[in-house]
Amino acid sequence: MSTTTPTPVPTSTSAPGAHDAPSAARPAYPPIPFARVVSVELRKMFDTRSGLWLLASIGFLSLLATAAVIAFAPDSELTYETFASAVGIPMSVVLPVIAILSVTSEWSQRTGLATFTFVPQRGRVISAKLVCAVAVGVVSIAVAAAVGALGNLVGSAIAGVDATWDVSVTELGLIVLANVLGLLVGFMLGVLLRSSPAAIVAYFVYGFVLAGLTALLAASQPWFADLQPWVDFNFSQTSLYDGVPSAEQWAQLGTSGLLWLVLPLAVGLRMVVRSEVK
Amino acid sequence: MITVEHLTRTYGSHTAVDDVSFTARPGRVTGFLGPNGAGKSTTMRVLVGLTPATSGTATVHGVRFRDLPNPGREVGVLLDASAQHAGRTGREVLTIAQRTLGLPADRVDAMLERVSLTRTEADRRVRNYSLGMRQRLGIAVALIGEPASLVLDEPANGLDPAGIRWMRDLLREYADGGGTVLLSSHLLHEIEVVADDIVVIGGGRIVASGTKAELLAGSGTVVRTRDLAALGAALAAAGVEAHPLDGGYRVDADAEQVGRVALAAGVALSELRAADGAGLEEMFLELTAETQREGVAA
Repeated sequence: MSTTTPTPVPTSTSAPGAHDAPSAARPAYPPIPFARVVSVELRKMFDTRSGLWLLASIGFLSLLATAAVIAFAPDSELTYETFASAVGIPMSVVLPVIAILSVTSEWSQRTGLATFTFVPQRGRVISAKLVCAVAVGVVSIAVAAAVGALGNLVGSAIAGVDATWDVSVTELGLIVLANVLGLLVGFMLGVLLRSSPAAIVAYFVYGFVLAGLTALLAASQPWFADLQPWVDFNFSQTSLYDGVPSAEQWAQLGTSGLLWLVLPLAVGLRMVVRSEVK
Repeated sequence: MITVEHLTRTYGSHTAVDDVSFTARPGRVTGFLGPNGAGKSTTMRVLVGLTPATSGTATVHGVRFRDLPNPGREVGVLLDASAQHAGRTGREVLTIAQRTLGLPADRVDAMLERVSLTRTEADRRVRNYSLGMRQRLGIAVALIGEPASLVLDEPANGLDPAGIRWMRDLLREYADGGGTVLLSSHLLHEIEVVADDIVVIGGGRIVASGTKAELLAGSGTVVRTRDLAALGAALAAAGVEAHPLDGGYRVDADAEQVGRVALAAGVALSELRAADGAGLEEMFLELTAETQREGVAA
């Protein structure tokens, strides 16, 4: 095929003259729609072995957590809440990592060179990635919740007790929200740091080390104990697991989220748009 | 048509690209020649919007790259063949390009065939590709949108001699079909055999530009003799500039004038001819000597 003549000049039905002078009569190409950017970014989350395994791991880990509850939990603990918490733990680790990698791989694998050449408006690419990460997060949580529900049925049947459904739809919705917020923190760190290892380490420092430190500080310093719910995003999110948050708790989620999610994401986006892609 | 005007890019106090202006025209291959670190890649990255310019402009068909509605349909870009996700297959890399640009699915197979990647190779992951295969894949990605212009940074790197010949023919056909090709290389020979126009960059500045014929014409005369010292003195006395070669000089004067100088000085010549392609090489080395790490090692 390499002997055939290439067609370097765009073939356009509307501008046949373009064949003679491509620079003079430029055919008008329609802009790339946002939905197309989203669909391509979604594909890119699944089309590598690592991406696929990461997503598959959500299913495996949910099954594993469910099986562990059935095997080890006493009969009295065989309630949907137990299953939901068990499958929620791997979620809270894997989802942020998926969100991080969806952003950072453009830099660590250097695919950004092609991505941002095809779509120079980098904000559109990052927005598309955000849509995909949240969508994948919500679907994953739904799958995990279903696996947990199945576990509850099977576990109760094995134990010979009636299945206990002690998690309301509202509570389930709040758990989804909490997991999506965790995923967004991962996404933010990916945008801010643009490096897979740095962002993953930062996420675990934020999620585990920092949460422990602020708890320690709050225990020893009364002034911080009062302030903590307003400025500690980890802490204010715990209210999502204890029934419906009060108006004050929503406000605390808002202020701490502004501090730990919205502001750094805005800074990160600014850096992404202005930085050099090498 | 690619137009770069007064483009400057600084990093702190270092000026990587310094007031660079040139034009790559339709139907011609424009060679962008310079030693490593001369500013070729930075210029190309600014051109396609990956690096912001400190000042100056770069346009494609009169439009800034980032303002093109679907840039992949108008400019084919290959800046670094290694910049691909190692875990994707070659076919997948092309499929992503095909989908982003909104092209029919059969373009993927057409492009694989165009760059001579077999089905088996296309289904292997990029981490298992040789640099030459990555270059072919990168060319396929650049060509998939049938753009009117191509911007290629060192596309011949890693290709075997047959691959280099293939690349050269492809670019020639492309330009002959009316396309604009901007091609960079640090290898003079690569540029010399394929380019119609040459832009030479050194230390971030354009040091020479013109058609290949113009640049070759300016490369003077090669003269050789056993009596180097006498010839050198005579040339200096005649006021023509002479640059030492092994066993002779390259002189910025035509052969007749050099012959007269030698005759008057009574120096017997062993060779006297207009400088050929090698002259361009000397010019390239000379023009970029200050910025080249090796100095005037050649």
